[in-house]
Order: sequence, then structure tokens, then C-alpha cells
Amino acid sequence: MNHATDGPIDVTGQEGECLHISGLFVGFVSGLPQLLFPLFAAIFGVRKSDNPALIPIIIGAVLALSLFFRWLGWRRFRYHVGGHDIRVEKGILNRTARSIPYDRIQDVSFEQKPLARMMGLSEVKFETGGGDGDDATLRFVTLEEANRLRALIRARKAGLTEAHNVRKIVEPEDAETIFAMDGQRVFILGLYSFSLVIFAVLGGLTQQFDFLLPFDFWDFKHWIGLAEERGVSVKQINGVGLFAQLILAFGAVGSLIFIGFATGVVRTYLREHGFRLDQTNKGFRRRRGLLTLTDVVMPTHRVQAAVVQTGPIRKRRGWHSLKFVSLAQDSKEESNFVAAPFATLSEVWRIAQAATFAPPDGDDRLQRGAAKHWFTQLLVIVPVVLAGMAALVVFADAAVGRTIVLLLLLVLPGALFWLDWRQYRFGLDDHQLYLKRGWWQQQLTIAPKVKVQSIEIAQGPLARRQGLASLRFGIAGGTLEMIALPLATAVAIRDTVMEKVAAVDYSAINQSH
Amino acid sequence: MTDDTPPELTPLDPAYVTTSRIASALGLLPFVVGAGVLEFAKLLPPGTFLVPIFLVYAFIAYTVPARRYRHWGYDMGKGQLRVVRGYMFYRDTIVPFGRIQHIDVDQGPVDRRYGLAKLTVHTAGNYNSTVVLPGLAHTDALAMREAIRAAIRQDVL
Repeated sequence: MNHATDGPIDVTGQEGECLHISGLFVGFVSGLPQLLFPLFAAIFGVRKSDNPALIPIIIGAVLALSLFFRWLGWRRFRYHVGGHDIRVEKGILNRTARSIPYDRIQDVSFEQKPLARMMGLSEVKFETGGGDGDDATLRFVTLEEANRLRALIRARKAGLTEAHNVRKIVEPEDAETIFAMDGQRVFILGLYSFSLVIFAVLGGLTQQFDFLLPFDFWDFKHWIGLAEERGVSVKQINGVGLFAQLILAFGAVGSLIFIGFATGVVRTYLREHGFRLDQTNKGFRRRRGLLTLTDVVMPTHRVQAAVVQTGPIRKRRGWHSLKFVSLAQDSKEESNFVAAPFATLSEVWRIAQAATFAPPDGDDRLQRGAAKHWFTQLLVIVPVVLAGMAALVVFADAAVGRTIVLLLLLVLPGALFWLDWRQYRFGLDDHQLYLKRGWWQQQLTIAPKVKVQSIEIAQGPLARRQGLASLRFGIAGGTLEMIALPLATAVAIRDTVMEKVAAVDYSAINQSH
Repeated sequence: MTDDTPPELTPLDPAYVTTSRIASALGLLPFVVGAGVLEFAKLLPPGTFLVPIFLVYAFIAYTVPARRYRHWGYDMGKGQLRVVRGYMFYRDTIVPFGRIQHIDVDQGPVDRRYGLAKLTVHTAGNYNSTVVLPGLAHTDALAMREAIRAAIRQDVL
């Protein structure tokens, strides 16, 4: 480690610290799949030249070239921890120098993929809340250095330190674990994460690479032929009798179900193994992962809203999840910070309270939406169904009585609208807004009034006739929309929330963190 | 012209009717040209394309901007900007000054000819991350920008 110098910064960019050299190797190995296509192209090109000795040379050349450019990139990469910001300078020909002020760093997260982990390295990401997610990533530094950087930034943000005693900071780690998941819990979550996505992935792969297969994947006759070679014919299957066919069908469905559960369990283990959420003096720190370890910090004051989620099946066992909405992106799949993927309601509220969210005092404080909102949506479908019935009578000579069956088409949307209405609740108290929505993915969103960014009352043509309105709250990193409110209620809610928002003294809030 | 605007709201600059008429007229011109081409091809009796298309064109480019103008309104409060627009799809948005991240004042070529400008404020929220207020006199827009800027302290994100 070099010195983290302060004072005037050398813009020519030879100052500052290099990434760890072993990171070069890690990057090279994990970048190998990207070289597959150039390699294939090169090999196909050479194949015709009847000189098989060229192939290893080509492979070697492609690999060496890739390594060379990685090395160049590594040599030209510098990061510099300054008095007010972190500077990253990179680029082989086009140099870019980026400065990230400490004030703007939302959080510092680590990610250790398996190979990096074996070598004691870690990727460090500085989240700024700007759109470009890849803007400030150190790939890779030693875990020790990563911890040093995080502690340093935390200290700088807290204003604890003067620029010159940077190296002496000990991490102020008065962390307390407030939520953790053991293997059994992860396994149960895995069972709930039933997924047949593997078939989609396999299907996609065969689409992409079927030119490499020596047969046509989608040719059923080919498969039947394969079976016949092994002494099984379609006739035989037809001849085994209904009972045996049923058993075969059950077997097929059963193995599908098994694969679905197994996929869920494996994927969940990979992601959630060793899940641990600590509360530190500044916020939350979450570590998880089996092969790829991640270590993410979410400062409490960045949390804009909380989302408690459950589903109709897991709710019976009392399982919920808790997420925090913020401007930072948690991962590629999930934009909100997952504070607890699978927890009982009491665990959820304990964590939420640590982030100063309070549960609503009972469902009775929350109100239902006006049922006519959903009813109108159903009525809009009715003319479509009637038109369908008329068309059948006129063009297909169907008996009028029979077309009445078509009215059954209204049952499904009717049921869905009813479920949606039944689950929907909105409400507010002195400090927070509440919104409950969804019957399959049941979500309760809680947002403090003072974190509201904007408020909009919206009315479509139908709602206008009914005197209903929607109330949309802009929240940094999330949304909250109350629907099916009488217009007067919407205006009243808006005014009380605005009162709260306007009363906030921003300078006071800024000093508190 | 401003009778539909609620009393507490400030209407936009009347020149906005003209500029949005010009904008609609230019933007929809390709449809009229297309109708003219079809007419020229003589597929159907004369006037089948051009007449209805031209009527719709005249309605959208002449009548609609005036109506749209009547339903726009804004209010610069002590600590907030309120923007109201739309009749069929009514929107009433309030943005507290303290939540505004940055402010744009844009002027297109037509706007410049009539001394108008468009004010856009950006918030961090996912709804209404931009709130747009067109048809302001350029000087008003600049004055509003300065007023908002003075009111913005630091963001609380």
C-alpha cells in the first residue's frame, strides 16, 4: 500500500494507488468466457489452411493479447484517497479521471466472487446514486485494503478525522447482529423459491448454440427415433395401458416439480448462505453468499421507505421479507436493499424499528379503497364480452343460449379485481404513510412523510365521473400510489403531508448525519 | 380565456396558445401530406382521405391548444411549486422547493420568437422525477428559477 497523500493532487495521474496485481489474474480468468467467440472465429478461420499447428498458436496469441491489454489497463489505473473525495483515473489511451466527493457516496459495498475470494481479494464499489452503476468500482483490492477504505470513508463522512491521520483510524465497529439466517431457514426459503427458470435457461442456450449440436434439437422424430433405437416405441407407450400412462405422466410431472424445488433451494443457498445483518452506529451492514460473498452497507439516513412483503402461501407460516427503498441499487435483480429475505413478522418489525419505521397500529387504521373503482374496471370488459357473444350468434350461427357461457369469461377478471380490492389498504398517521397492495405478492409500503419528494393528484376520465382520484407520492428510489380515494380525501391527505414536508428544517436534518 | 383555471392558480402566458398551435401544426403536418399523397393516388372518390384528415388536423392544431391552455395553471407558493394540468387526464402536482435537485429553463426556436420558455424541475422521486411547466414568459421563468434556487438548501438523500 502506498501513502494516501493529501494536499494538491497531481493531475497527470501517476500518483495514487494501484489495484492489487493478482486482480489481473482474477480478471483474466473470469473474462475467459468473453474470449470464446473470438477464439471460435479464429479457429474456424484457420481450419481450412490445413495447418493444425496454427490452432494452439492462435489460442495462445488471443490469450496473450487479452492479458497484455489487461495489464496495460491495470498499469494505467490509479485511485487516490484525498481530503474531500476519492479519485479514480483510468484508461489506456483515453484517460478519464473521476472524482467522487465523500458527501455523495451512498455506500461502499464489497463483492467477492469465488476466485477473488480464494486469493483474498475483493471488488469495492462506491455507490453514488447516480444512474451509471459501474462508475466507481475498484476491481480488485485486498480485503484488508477494502476494509480500510470503507472505514476511512465512513470516518470522513462522519467528519471524525483530519486529513493527515488517515492511516491510524481503527474501524469503529460496535456492530450488533440484528438478523441472521441459519441453514435450515435458508433451506425453507429455498422451498418457497420454486422455480422452473432452468428450463428457460436451457431453452435459451439451445436456441443460441443449436448450430453446434449435431442434430436438430426441436425435431421430435429424432427423439422418437432415439427412443426406438433403445427399444421403446410410441406404440409401446400407447399399449401400456391407461394406468401405466398415468404413472408415466405423474413421474414426468413429479420430476419437473422436484427440479423446480431443487433449483429454488440451490439458487437460494448460493445467494443467502450465511445471511447476516448487523446494525452499526451508522446503518446496516449485510453479508451473505455461498460462493460469491457480498458485504453491503446501507446508512440509515439513506433509507427512504420500507417494504414488507409476503405471499398467500408463506403468510400461513408467518414468513415475510423486509426491504429498504433507497437511491442505491442492491443488485442486478433487486433494486431495493434486502434487509431480511425470510423472517417472522416480529423479526421484521425489530429491524424496521432499528431504521426508525414503526408498524401501523393494527389494520383498522388503514382504509379500504372505494369498491366502485374496481367495479368500473370490470364493467369496461363487459361490452367486449357482449360483442364477442353477438359476433358468435351472427357469424357462427351459435345458439343465443350457448353464448351465455362466454359470460364466464368475466369470472376470472372479476375474481382478480375482487382479490385486489380485498387486499388494498391505505392510511397515514402523524409520521408515516402506509400502502398495502397485491394478493399474490402482498406488499406493505411504509414511507415517512418527510421523505416525500413530490405529490400528485391524478384523475382519469372514469375516475373524474366517480369523484375518485389517485394520490402519487414521489419517493427517492421508489413509488407509492394510493388509488380509489374520494377527491376530497386525496386533497386532505396531500395537505397534511405537505404541512409535514414544508415544516422540515433541512439544515437540521443534514447535521444529524 | 382563463375562466377554467382555479382562482388560486396563475395561468400561463397567452402566447403559449400560439406556440403550441405552431408546434402541433408542424408536428402533424406529415399526416396531412400522407393524406394528400393517398388522395393523389386516386384510390377512392375525391376527398375521402383529405377532408376527414384535414378536419381532425385543424381540430388538433387549432382548437386543442386553446383548451389545453385553459387547463394549465401553476402556483409559486412560499415553499413549493404547484402545477395543474389536463382535463381528461387531470394532474395536480406539488413539489416542495427543498426537494428539487436541479432546474432547467429551455427555449426552443418557436418559444424564442414569442419570448416564452419552459421550466423543468427535477426531483429524486421515481414518480414525477421531472415536472415540466411550459409556456412561461422567459423573464418569469428565470425569476422562478432564481426564487427556487434561493430556497433550495441541501438535499436530504
